[in-house]
Parts: sequence; structure tokens; C-alpha cells
Amino acid sequence: MARAVTSRRKLINTTAAWAVGLLIFFPILWTILTSFKTEAQAIAAPPLFLNFDWTLENYGVVMERSNYARFLWNSILIAGGSTILGLLVAVPAAWSMAFVPSRRTKDILLWMLSTKMLPAVGVLYPIYLLFIQLGLLDSRAGLIIVMMLINLPIIVWMLYTYFREIPVDILEAARMDGASLKSEILYVLTPMAIPGIASTMLLNFILAWNEAFWTLNLTSVNAAPLTAFIASYSSPEGLFFAKLSAASTMAIAPILILGWFSQKQLVRGLTFGAVK
Amino acid sequence: MSIRTALRATSALVLCAIATTASAQDTTITIATVNNGDMIRMQGYTDTFTAQTGINVEWVTLEENVLRQRVTTDITTNGGQFDIMTIGMYETPIWGANGWLVPLNDLSAEYDVDDILPAMRNGLSHDGTLYAAPFYGESSMVMYRTDLMEAAGLEMPTAPTWQFIREAAAAMDDPADDINGICLRGKAGWGEGGAFITVTGNSFGARWFDEEWNAQFDQPEWAEAVNFYVNLMNDYGPQGYATNGFNENLSLFQQGKCGMWIDATVAASFVTNADSTVAEHVGFALAPNAEGVEKRANWLWAWALAIPAGTQQEGAAKQFIEWATSKDYIELVAANEGWANVPPGARTSLYETPEYQAVPFAQMTLDSINAADPNNPTVDPVPYVGIQFVAIPEFAGMATEVSQEFSAAYAGQQTVEEALAKAQAIATETMEAAGYR
Amino acid sequence: MATKASRSAARIMMAPAVVLLLGWMLVPLLMTLWFSFRNYLPLRGGDLGWAGFDNYVRFVSSSAFWPSIQATLVIVGSVLVITLVFGILLALLLDQPMWGQGIVRILVIAPFFVMPTVSALVWKNMFMDPVNGLFAHLWRFFGADPISWLSDASMPSIVMIVSWQWLPFATLILLTAVQSLDGEQLEAAEMDGATKLKRFYFIILPHLGRAITIVILIQTIFLLAIFAEIFVTTGGAFGTRTLSYLIFQRVLESQNIGLGSAGGVYAIILANIVAIFLMRIVGKNLDN
Repeated sequence: MARAVTSRRKLINTTAAWAVGLLIFFPILWTILTSFKTEAQAIAAPPLFLNFDWTLENYGVVMERSNYARFLWNSILIAGGSTILGLLVAVPAAWSMAFVPSRRTKDILLWMLSTKMLPAVGVLYPIYLLFIQLGLLDSRAGLIIVMMLINLPIIVWMLYTYFREIPVDILEAARMDGASLKSEILYVLTPMAIPGIASTMLLNFILAWNEAFWTLNLTSVNAAPLTAFIASYSSPEGLFFAKLSAASTMAIAPILILGWFSQKQLVRGLTFGAVK
Repeated sequence: MSIRTALRATSALVLCAIATTASAQDTTITIATVNNGDMIRMQGYTDTFTAQTGINVEWVTLEENVLRQRVTTDITTNGGQFDIMTIGMYETPIWGANGWLVPLNDLSAEYDVDDILPAMRNGLSHDGTLYAAPFYGESSMVMYRTDLMEAAGLEMPTAPTWQFIREAAAAMDDPADDINGICLRGKAGWGEGGAFITVTGNSFGARWFDEEWNAQFDQPEWAEAVNFYVNLMNDYGPQGYATNGFNENLSLFQQGKCGMWIDATVAASFVTNADSTVAEHVGFALAPNAEGVEKRANWLWAWALAIPAGTQQEGAAKQFIEWATSKDYIELVAANEGWANVPPGARTSLYETPEYQAVPFAQMTLDSINAADPNNPTVDPVPYVGIQFVAIPEFAGMATEVSQEFSAAYAGQQTVEEALAKAQAIATETMEAAGYR
Repeated sequence: MATKASRSAARIMMAPAVVLLLGWMLVPLLMTLWFSFRNYLPLRGGDLGWAGFDNYVRFVSSSAFWPSIQATLVIVGSVLVITLVFGILLALLLDQPMWGQGIVRILVIAPFFVMPTVSALVWKNMFMDPVNGLFAHLWRFFGADPISWLSDASMPSIVMIVSWQWLPFATLILLTAVQSLDGEQLEAAEMDGATKLKRFYFIILPHLGRAITIVILIQTIFLLAIFAEIFVTTGGAFGTRTLSYLIFQRVLESQNIGLGSAGGVYAIILANIVAIFLMRIVGKNLDN
């Protein structure tokens, strides 16, 4: 905004925004804090905020009990793999919808979105049987494919809206100059589309990372990601708040850190064509 | 890094991931299990097993509800994801009858299958064939605070009635000091609050079905049982008991917030161990009955290891089961963690071990197990086997819905009468759909 | 504009996505349709033959059906309203100049990165537990009786958990829209003496129209399918059984694949009704 802002106004804004921000973030903060407490301190009344003996004991227990590295690696591979694969399929589709639209383009787009509304539980048995037939149960490949298919409509749509904002005149000019389809894509389109592709990648990665139905039901050991890891800590016997917090922190930390670094990209990028 | 190289690198990564489907030469078995304390302890000893046999073990440890969902899907579709599944007394006979489990009729002589407690062996067999080996077994009993009872001037009989339980709960209840007279399961789910209200029903003379499979929730015994439970818990139970299951109550009891707790006998070792703030003051008694009713509110359950019929690793799986449910394993745990922490309720010999007999809850556990009779669970005759469950495939789904109605009544969202009417409708509907009537 | 050659090239480029999604939709759909007409009970020996429309009739005539539709709509509706209202307010706030804007933004969008299972577990145990939960401590501190959130206020609790997860998403999208607001137009309106409320209603809100539509569309798609939050917290008790949870109970808890599949077909129909309804609005809004 061009207008000069009084520092009093800015102070009020800052206070309000920080208060709201901390309130929203508090559950996560509380989980992280609890993960450093002993089980007894975790349920102490009144609750302990910072004044407790910090301990890494819970992380030790979790590390000893589960093969965290494998769960993490699977999560990275599945989320990453499905994102890459999804982009490979979605970029050409979105590109052609955006630049060579036909009468049916919008229908196809909306139909794609509607496939996301199939209730997953309703098709668990068919998919499970199919996976047995194809030998894909508990394989990363199988999950990568499923995650890709689940998020494909969102990716196509996001990319479509980005591509549509690329001015067509530039393409026309390039074509006049005799650019081939290939160079059109490589030298004109790609540089302009990169920000959009990047935020699409991010969103897809987050969605695939957090998906908890298929990842839990189609895996056992080899392909089990962090969602399966957390399912073994949900309510064991006795006091478990601190251990649950440690496991939760470990499950969300990687994606939280990724989000931290890509915050600007996300804020700018997640428009879905909402801004004109 | 350009997009292109990034794409190339990552697609190579994906291909790698696809290509690395396990190529292990060693024998590896995959075991699905529940995240209860005894199982987690067993995982800790896996290395001992691997050292002895050279067989590697992969664990899939899941919370109970998720585990059921996973293993049931896998066994019914013949998915072959697991070499050993941890299942209970409800699933074993049904799955065994369907031919989905490997019969355990050729266990080695050292294993001494006759040493398994008869009640457990019976509950894990179909037509006399054992289909799952009990890792631990349990009944239910009363656990109470001896110090609070003393302060209240009461003495717990070995075999209390519900009326006495109510009296004791009233005497120990102390809201000012954050002590609830009694903590009981109210959480929805057939294995949680559903199991508890079913045995409570038994102890008031109620039953799920009559001999023609007619649902019995419209009978006065059920109304009496559920009303008694609701009044008891509203008067002396903890806040929000409608969502408390085994774990929630355990943690309440360990924190000293319950005067009494009627639940699984395995809890005895948790309320007397180091995690418990009241370990010194816990007494045990048989589960109660209503005055004049011969059946008590105690169930019978075992978590057991079974081998799905489709497995490639039958031999290795059997080896593991023999190891994990053996006398040697019990001794291994006893040597490292003390006798109070061994998996209970599975073997006769355990209860004949002098060291174990010295454990305060050992005898009461055995007595509770022996007092449970799955073949005659109720006062009036029934067409089914099972105490806190009805051993038919339709039960789990039906009982979960029924217990959800009860939990809604506990939370005050509907009356007990409304809940019973809905339970009657659900049970009738299910029996008709399944063709029993 | 487009030549014939580029048309066919476009078709080829679209083909993989369309074919894959078609397969992903049709194969399970056809299998579900097939099962829904079968008497398929895995625990009783599997496929026991033709069932006609029995499963369809039984699924709707069950006393749990209509309440589950209602629960689904209540959850989707309330979460949409909450995330939109608070999302707009937050977006406007975050757009103001302040110190540490970047950090505040991270704090606000953080819940979006948390797995639904984890957030449900954390809320259930560490906040809503009537004995040891933080809310219980807070209530007691003010001398009130703690609330049994998940039984006495089951629906609000679930709506709260889900809203917490989706508020960041709504805020993000609305924020990008707010950022593109024409500052001069707002200033001109201010000069003309338009009150804050009027400026919001006549300038800001219309500008956000498209963003709001997008939020509604995307969130509805995800909210219709929420499962983990209910599975972890109430297990479908206390009136929180949604349609997809009811299907889960029929398929997995009762092991009645036929009945569950019939439910799945109903869910698809419901989803399509909602979709058509949404597409009408979105389609209009996306055109300009």
C-alpha cells in the first residue's frame, strides 16, 4: 500500500496478527513441548509450559521401537515419486487445455475434479483385490501410482489456471518466428510456468505426505510411510502423551520444515486461478 | 539446477524405488500385532529370537482398531501381507472354520501344548483343532484401592455383588480430592464398552439372543443392567466416561483418580508397576454379579498368534509362535523384568511357579479365568458361544453399532430406553439380513 | 487460433491424464457396482450370489442412513462457513503491514502441514481429554466443570478439529486474492466517505468472489471424504457418523461388502449431486 502507515497502527496490526498466529500454532507448539517432557510431567496439573526438565527420552524410546528412517524414506519416496509422476502426466494435459481449448475442455476439467469425490472406503475392497492381482500390495510403486491418481485432478487444475495466465501473444509471436512446438515449450513456456509448477509440486507433496487412508491400508512393511508409523503410537497402554507427542513431532517435522522454507512460494502460488 | 535435470534425477529416483522390491535371501517373517505393552515388550526380544534361529522379523505394530481393519481385509482377500497375525478369541474360531488359518496341531513336544490353560485352548480352537497360540490371556476382575477402602471403613469381599460395588463407590467417591468412586469402560466399540456392558448384562441375567436368535434388548434384565451402570457411573464415575476405554481408565487409575476399576486382569501388572502412583495400594476381587444371579461380569479373552493359510513362511512362522508363547519366553521375561511382568493367563505351569504365585494378582487372575465359561455365558440358554461377544461373523459390526447407542445414552444424548430400543432394532435387522431368522 | 495440427497434438497430450483418470474411476466403480448387486459376505464364505436391489434397499432403510447424510452435510457446511469467515478476516489482517509478517504467516499456515491422523490424536488426547486435556485444565482454572468434548459436544469438536486443519488453506488462497486488491480503488472509496464496512462489502468481497468459490470447491471435495478425524476421535459415535464412515462400518466392521458397496454407490450419487451444484456456481465464476 502506498499510504504511509502510522507506527501505532502497525503496532496494533502486529499484536493482533501475532496473537492469532500463536493461537493457531499453539497445538503444534504444545505437541513439540510435550515431546520433551516425561510422561508424568506431560499430564501434570497445572500444565507445565516451559518450566520442566527437558528430556530426549521419548525420542529415544520411539527410535528404539520403530525404524523411523525407513518410514521417513518411504514417505519421501511416495510423496516425491507421485508428485513427479503426476507432473509428467499433468503438465501436457494442462498445457493443451490452456492453450488449445476446445468446447469440451471445461467439462473434462470438471469431470476430473469430480473423480476425487469417490469415497475411498467404498472402493477399498476393489482396489485391494486389484492390488493383489497386480502384485502391488505393500510396494512403493503401487502407492506412488495411487497417490498420483488421487491428486492428479488437483494438479491438472492448478496447472491449467497457471498456464492460462501466460499471455498467448507471446506464444503467437514465437510461432511467427518459426519456433517449433518443442522450442515453444522449452524456451517460452517453461520459464514462465516454473513458479506455478513449483507451487503445484509443493501442494501435491503435502497432500501425498498427509494422506492416511490408502497409505495405511495398502502397506505393511516395505512401503509403509509415516502415517503408518503414527498409527502404532495412538493409544498404547498407560501414560503415553509424551511418547505420542514425540512420534507426532517426528512425523510432521520434515514437512513442517519444508513448508517453512517454501512459505513465500506457497503464499504467492496457491491461487488456483483465483486472482485475475 | 535446471528443471530438466531435476526431473531426470527425480524420475531416476522413482524408478529406483520401484525396482527395489525386497530381494532378501534370508528368511524374514512379517508379524502384524497390536500396540499393547506385552507385545511391545516382545518386540524388544526379537533379537534373541533372530540370534537363535537366523530368522528375521518385521513388525507391523498398529493400534487395535487399525489392526483389525488391516488383518481382516488381508485374510478375507487372501492378500498374503502377513506371516503371523495377532488376533483374538473372537476371530480365531470363525477364521479357523473358514480354513483361513494354519492348524497348530503339530507343535513340538517341548512346546507342551497341553500346558495351555484349558479355557484358552478351548476358546482358540475350532472343532478341537488349535488355530492360534495364546500370547496372553485375560479375564476381568475388580481392582480397588486398599487405602481408600480402609479409610472408608469397608472391606472388599473376594466375590462382591454389584450392590456392594455401588456402596463402596459411594464411600470412596471424593470429588474435592479428584477421586472417582469407580471407573468403567463406556467407550463405543464392541471390544471396548460393548464388551463391558455385555458382561454386565450377563451378571444381571440378560443375554443377546434367545435360542431362536431373537434379540433380547427389550427384556427387563437389559434395562436393569444398563440403568444400574448408568446410575452408578453418573453418580460416582469420572467426567466423560462415555469415551473412556481400557487405556483411558488405566491412566486414570495409575494417577490415583479411581477408587475401583473393573477391567481386564492384565491391567493388574500395570497398576502395580512403576508407572503407577498407587502401586502399593491395589487389591483384587472377582468381578461382581447382581444379587441372586449366578453369572459374574467377567469375560474371557486371549491375544493369540495365528498363521494365515496363504503364507510362504509357514515353518518360520511356526518357529516364532513356538518361541513367543513358550515357557522359555516367560522365563526370559521373568529374568529380565521380574515375574510380575510376564505375559499372564496362557499357561498352567506359570501358575504353578512358586515365584509367580507370590505375585499379588496371580491367584485372582487364575480364579477369574476359571470362573468364565464361554459355552454357558448367561443365565438363560443361548444359541451362541462367547461371553463378552457372540461368536458369529456379524457380531463385530452389530455390537459396535449397539455400543455406540449405549455410549450416546451414557453421554446423556438419549435415554437408556431409547438406546435399548435402537439396540433391539439393530440386532434384529442384522439377524434378518444374515438369514438367522 | 489453434491449427488442426496443434489440436491433435493437444489431444495426444491430454490423453494420458484422461485415460488414467478414466481407468482410476471406472475400474473401481464397475467393481463396486458389481459387488453392490451381490450377496458378498467374506466371513461367510465370500460371494453368495445375486442379491438384486436388496443391498440398496437395506442401506437406505437402515436407521443410520439419514442421520449420516445429515452429519455429512453439517460437517461440510460448518467447516466451510468457519474457514471462510475466519479465512477472510485472517487474510485481511495478514495483508496489513506489520513486523514479522513472514513468521506470522508460517504460524498461520502450519496446521495445513499436519497429517489428519496426528492432528486428531493431538486434539483428542492433549486438548479435549476431559481429565488431562488442556481445555479441562483451563476450565477448572476458571472454576468451571470440564466439558467432555468428544461425547457431549461431539459435532462441534470434530468441526473444530477439521476447521483448524483447513483454515490455513482458505487463508492462503484468500490472502493471494486480497494481495491483488486495487489499493487506489479502496483509497478513492475511503475519500468518498465509504465506511469500512461498506468498503468491505462493495469492493473487497466482490473481489474475493472467485477465491471464495475455489475454497468452497476444493474444500468440499476433501471434506466429503474426511475419515481419519472421525475414526480417531469418536469412532462414529455420538451422532458423528458421516456417510463415508457408515460405509466403512458396513464394509470393514460388519464385513458386508455388498451392503457397503451399495452405500458406496449412494455416496457417489451424493457426491455428484454436490458436484453438479458446485460446478454450476464454479463454472459461472471460472468463466470470466
